[in-house]
Amino acid sequence: MAFIDYYKVLGLDKTASDKDIKNAYRKLARKYHPDLNPNDAEANKKFQQLNEANEVLSDPEKRKKYDKYGENWQHGDAYDQARQQQQSQQRSYGGGGAQGFDFEGFGSGDNFSDFFQSMFGGGGGASSRGRQVRYRGQDYNAELQLNLNQIAETHKQTLTVNGKNIRITIPAGVENGQTIKIAGHGGPGANGGPGGDLYIKFLVSDDPRFRRQGADLFAIAKIDIYTSVLGGELTIETLTGKVKLQVKPETQNGTKVKLKGKGLPVYKKEGQHGDLYITYEVQIPTNLTDKQKQLFEELAKSS
Amino acid sequence: MRTDNLIAAKQFCIYHEVEHTFITELQQAGLVEVTVVDQDYYIPESELQKLEKLTRLHNELEINTAGIEAISYLLQRLEDIQEEMRQLRNKLNAYE
Repeated sequence: MAFIDYYKVLGLDKTASDKDIKNAYRKLARKYHPDLNPNDAEANKKFQQLNEANEVLSDPEKRKKYDKYGENWQHGDAYDQARQQQQSQQRSYGGGGAQGFDFEGFGSGDNFSDFFQSMFGGGGGASSRGRQVRYRGQDYNAELQLNLNQIAETHKQTLTVNGKNIRITIPAGVENGQTIKIAGHGGPGANGGPGGDLYIKFLVSDDPRFRRQGADLFAIAKIDIYTSVLGGELTIETLTGKVKLQVKPETQNGTKVKLKGKGLPVYKKEGQHGDLYITYEVQIPTNLTDKQKQLFEELAKSS
Repeated sequence: MRTDNLIAAKQFCIYHEVEHTFITELQQAGLVEVTVVDQDYYIPESELQKLEKLTRLHNELEINTAGIEAISYLLQRLEDIQEEMRQLRNKLNAYE
């Protein structure tokens, strides 16, 4: 768990006044506020750090504790214990001394770093600044990794979101990065407000066999020079199984053939499919025997 | 016919600590839809997410209605561009 320099987060130094902290927070919050930076995880992270820095530095007691221990925060409790021991000794001799600060009871909250939790023992304070106050429940975001075969047909999957199992339909042909909304499956609303929504982002991984463009698929089929010249039969793989292809005689390297309807289903268009394009890549033979070389030479002379 | 739950604008204003005029100004700017029943203002549930976002901009960043209007247009453009970028990235991936 690393020490976080809250002053640095706000671009300030230790001598900053309350007004400086307020202004710096406000300025940076306008830059990194999640509502102004949709789909930007980096900005969201930065905003959380800002909130945390503001939470500590705008609260005189927390700031005092933070300033006192600084980078030695891990030894803070041991230091406090030693000091309290010393104080009780002083008291027993009739001496006085300031009491240590009580940092308990700030309530629990999310989005605080381990460093914060460790030092201040819980979540954020009562400050409403930076809190995402909502009547409607919070939206949840999740990512679901899929491969090409899994999007070849519409199917259902059970996901566990915040301890609850929900069964969702994954429509065939979803695009990489596409997001779907499951209404009402986010966090619960406050004071009778409606629940938030669950957003699921599909991450469709690349397939070594096919290159995808929308609903169309592209693949390369290697053929030997003899099939290329004389023609022949070739078995190729499609998403729905193997098919036999007739290679025409005198097929040139780079020739493309289209297998109609052998691509992916078109998203939300029942019964429609993209195509599979096969590009022939002619393999030139290597390590020829003397006999083969001779035959090629004869061919070369005859043309 | 689409049915939508309605939330009393008064209740929303109390919960979010905003003036009622804030909602009417957003409505006049065409940023949120509001339903009026017996002279009382109601927010359709489908508009709540948008309205809460605009309220956060107002409360947390102290942005006035004119600023919110400008930001809303720019955010819409940003989201459109992000979507276009996603599609182009997928196309580009196919060639890499």
